[in-house]
Amino acid sequence: MAEAATLTLPTRRDEAWRYADMDAVARLGVVALDQWQTITVAAGESVTRCMIVGSDAPELHRFRVSLGEGAKAAFFVTNRGDDYTRVELEVRLAQGAHFEFGGVTIGGGAATREFVTQVIHAEPEATSNQTVRAVHWGTGTGNFLGEIKVARHAQKTDAAQDFKALLLEAGASANAVPQLEIFADDVKCAHGATVGELDEAARFYMMARGVDPATAQRLLVQAFIGDAFVSLDDEAERETLLDAALSALEGAQL
Amino acid sequence: MLTITDLHASVGDKPILKGLTLDVPAGEIHAIMGPNGAGKSTLANVLGGKPGYEVTGGSVMFRGQDLFALEPHERAAAGLFLGFQYPVEIPGVSNVQFLREALNAQRRSRDEAPLTGGEFLKLAKDKAGLLKMDMEMLKRQVNVGFSGGEKKRAEMVQMGILDPAFAVLDETDSGLDIDALRIVGAGINAIMRSPDKAVLLITHYQRLLDVVRPDKVSILAGGRIVETGGPELALRLEAEGYDSVMA
Repeated sequence: MAEAATLTLPTRRDEAWRYADMDAVARLGVVALDQWQTITVAAGESVTRCMIVGSDAPELHRFRVSLGEGAKAAFFVTNRGDDYTRVELEVRLAQGAHFEFGGVTIGGGAATREFVTQVIHAEPEATSNQTVRAVHWGTGTGNFLGEIKVARHAQKTDAAQDFKALLLEAGASANAVPQLEIFADDVKCAHGATVGELDEAARFYMMARGVDPATAQRLLVQAFIGDAFVSLDDEAERETLLDAALSALEGAQL
Repeated sequence: MLTITDLHASVGDKPILKGLTLDVPAGEIHAIMGPNGAGKSTLANVLGGKPGYEVTGGSVMFRGQDLFALEPHERAAAGLFLGFQYPVEIPGVSNVQFLREALNAQRRSRDEAPLTGGEFLKLAKDKAGLLKMDMEMLKRQVNVGFSGGEKKRAEMVQMGILDPAFAVLDETDSGLDIDALRIVGAGINAIMRSPDKAVLLITHYQRLLDVVRPDKVSILAGGRIVETGGPELALRLEAEGYDSVMA
């Protein structure tokens, strides 16, 4: 524990903590903040992780992922905490490696749920694709802070980042912070972010066919968040992640 | 089956329907024609319960119930179908999923057992065949990437599956070529021509009425029904135009 005394809590001035719930971070404490899970994927190997995170207490899940040549890592996460819930991924890609991330933040109340990724294309010809969907109500917040770094010699990098938020009530919010740091010149880096409301025309269309408003909303939310998990081949896992997200919606009084 | 009495409705602050009265009994196909801006689509949307359309006076009784006491999905469960002039695209939701949810929601609210996946697909295939639509299209996302004509045909497939007692069809013929018009018209006849059903068919053109022969034709102008007659009224309109017929 003596070592912990030398650690300090981050502040809002740190870019990666800009939209964090600092009260919850303080409750987590410095020791929890220094816990990283390390995942190393050897050249040519592949790893898929599916996670449902969030509870009624603050949670922090930090991963350091290192991908060897031609290795693949895929992370799919449903983040539905009732308190501050943060998932961080620091990913380093060797030549020809691929990183796939699909994340959903969903929830109401006053909690903040966030994904913070740093994807480092250290070598040429690596690819990464990140798709995050946020669905919030009440005064809930969803954040995606995504940093992509492309080293000077990492030519033919192909990195994409896509964030869409659906706010079901006026008090909810979403923050997207894409950060691209590109030193190579022959690369493709795409990012996009949108924030919107439920498609009322689609909801009325469904109701006109007999679908009740809550079911119409569930179907539209399901379609919206489905994007995050399309690249997950395992259908059972995909259903589990979607169900976990949609069950968070069922408790909502909208 | 549907009795509209002195109906007034506004969009925003603008009055559109100004005392519309119309009775459509079971077994009747009633065409509504009228110039642009007369209130035809407003009538359809008010009957369907679309947000943004405010009823400021009058009443609508549907199968013995006050229609305006029902939410849009309850109107559907009570047997009302609204065919959209512009069917809505719903990315990420397949026709099959959407229609099965819709049909089973209606059935549950009528205390009927929901259809199983297999039963539903059989029904959907049957109705898609009626409209000469490939089942593959029903597996695609709702109206996404459909042409104007395909959307209208898909509307009629939906109507066939949901099997309503009363259909309000808002310019279902717009955007259709001659062949599609015949298919859609024949679909309306097959699904809705029955002594215990009725249709309010909103259209600009006689050509749909050559296929779906209306029992009555009414002219809607200035937010009111100004004239009602038999099928010959539509022919007169086609030949002489609204100005002369309404003069």
